[in-house]
Amino acid sequence: MQTLNMPDKKGYYGEYGGAYIPELLFNNINELEQNYLKIIHSTEFQKEYHDLLENYVGRPTPLYHAKNLSEQFKTKIYLKREDLCHTGSHKINNTIGQILIAKALGKKRILAETGAGQHGVATATVCALLKLECIIYMGQIDMHRQEANVIRMKMLGATIIPAISGSKTLKDATNEAIRGWINDPDSYYLIGSAVGPHPYPDMVAKFQSIISKEIKQQLLKAEGMEEPDLVIACVGGGSNAAGAFFEFIDSKKTKLIGVEAAGKGIDTGYSAATMTLGTTGILHGSRSIIMQTKDGQIIEPHSISAGLDYPGIGPLHAFLGKRKRALYLNVTDEEALQAAFNLTKQEGIIPALESAHALAILNKLELHKDQVLVINLSGRGDKDLPTYLDHYHEK
Amino acid sequence: MKNKIDILFETKEKDILSVFFTAGYPQLNDTGRILKELQENNVDLIEFGIPYSDPLADGPVIQNASQQAINNGMNLNLLFEQLFKETSTITIPIILMGYLNSVIQFGLEEFYKKCFENSVSGVILPDLPLSEFEDEHKRFADKYNVKVIFLITPNTSITRIKQIDALSTGFIYVVSSNSITGKGHTDFEALEKFYRQLHQIPLKNKTLIGFGINTNSSFKKATQLANGAIIGTAFINALSKEQSISAFINYINTTQPILS
Repeated sequence: MQTLNMPDKKGYYGEYGGAYIPELLFNNINELEQNYLKIIHSTEFQKEYHDLLENYVGRPTPLYHAKNLSEQFKTKIYLKREDLCHTGSHKINNTIGQILIAKALGKKRILAETGAGQHGVATATVCALLKLECIIYMGQIDMHRQEANVIRMKMLGATIIPAISGSKTLKDATNEAIRGWINDPDSYYLIGSAVGPHPYPDMVAKFQSIISKEIKQQLLKAEGMEEPDLVIACVGGGSNAAGAFFEFIDSKKTKLIGVEAAGKGIDTGYSAATMTLGTTGILHGSRSIIMQTKDGQIIEPHSISAGLDYPGIGPLHAFLGKRKRALYLNVTDEEALQAAFNLTKQEGIIPALESAHALAILNKLELHKDQVLVINLSGRGDKDLPTYLDHYHEK
Repeated sequence: MKNKIDILFETKEKDILSVFFTAGYPQLNDTGRILKELQENNVDLIEFGIPYSDPLADGPVIQNASQQAINNGMNLNLLFEQLFKETSTITIPIILMGYLNSVIQFGLEEFYKKCFENSVSGVILPDLPLSEFEDEHKRFADKYNVKVIFLITPNTSITRIKQIDALSTGFIYVVSSNSITGKGHTDFEALEKFYRQLHQIPLKNKTLIGFGINTNSSFKKATQLANGAIIGTAFINALSKEQSISAFINYINTTQPILS
């Protein structure tokens, strides 16, 4: 059977992917590339990984039939409750996996970038658990808008280095993390999104694929079928979407929709909708779709959601988009905010701003009552309360 | 027509001084002036940085110079135009150094063709994978007589060094230590040990040492091991402080302090 969810031997999904890295990182990437599959497939890893997912993260997360939301949109909506994971988002599925890889490789120090701080918190958490030193790079602007997560990371014992170059957001935190890794080649770089040089996009997608594996099992129980009609997830770099899509990518039935951040609007110059605004290029070590000028300078993105405020997208998504296997749409800051307030009112669940983008697309789809939809609720909204509070007063 | 890098190595084997600076920095139209002054001060080779918004292997000094140059309006088209004006006066080899994305957006064949037309003898693209060079770049580089130069570090395996040596025709850029540009700490003992390994291979290509070369003492130590050395961040710092270029080169060559 043809499988579209994995890269070829050279690390490419079609024309996207690869490893475009300075020679200074060659040994690190090569070590990882040579070992990651062997480690993941070992019995020891599988046992520890699944034990931690079950007993530490709290998996499986519920697949919740959101009746009020379903009624509002005249269809059948299930929410995959990644917001209920320990640390508040899907990010920990990946950090558990990668920290065990780092351990197997004998690494003592972990570097990571973070946007909204969810990946930073998830990394600091597993570092505390396994007693590894943790250094988190975070854009200075994001440190202000996600202050609660900064405090959590500090409490967990992480050192936080503010990224003060460029737009001072996720892109720059990633640049600084990669530079930090060049200067400290004995450390392990724990990427949080399905981006970066091969094998990172594949590794992250594999660790997040637990989301769609569970959806299949849970849907079979609830609906007597494994495959929904539609899976919806928000996309920045694309880790939660990669996980939610993974098991359905080869399905003939399930439609896949990724929702990007349009920011203030596609045409305003303040957007992060890479699949609409981007072209093929290289960013952070892989060939994918990126937002760039005609000279190839990276355009600074904008989104109210720090986790989606990224001018690229993982190579798997670029590939699925080009093949038209998945559809990539976008919603504005305002639409996402409204969707967040709506879910809170309808279901008593405060979603993360990132996940609110996935919810907001419901207004733009033609839905039928006999359809079954799964929306990946990637994170909870605690970290976004200051933003919600600002807009709550406005209303 | 003979490549100027080959001509250089035929006439000079030791103490080659290569200077890196970012095109369009500090002012957009400084290119010609800086090129001429470097040549007048007996610099052997010039590496010309293509400014890029997200330079992964560079420290803050080169990042800021790149950003400033982009803000000034520098791009590859303009860079080639500026070089074109200097083709009659600049006789020393010029190498363009940048990140692959800039070249891909410009167009691969067009890039190598413009290099040829504007007297660019070589290019350094630190994030260009060897396999992609062989599959996509090599035919154009060969067609337009442009040398593609690769980096190695003291941590690069011997097998890979041999592979890079076989693919290289200009020289090999030896990164002094595993760190981004402008860190300024070079472990010369480790580098010496590394060179003993290199001599055993032995390499068919000449080598220049770069990253962390910023004083007369580090230049001397580097050139005792290699055919020459590359100065980047220290020169950009001098430019940003508006120090005279001749005083800077003199300082690197003779330890003469820079009077500002």
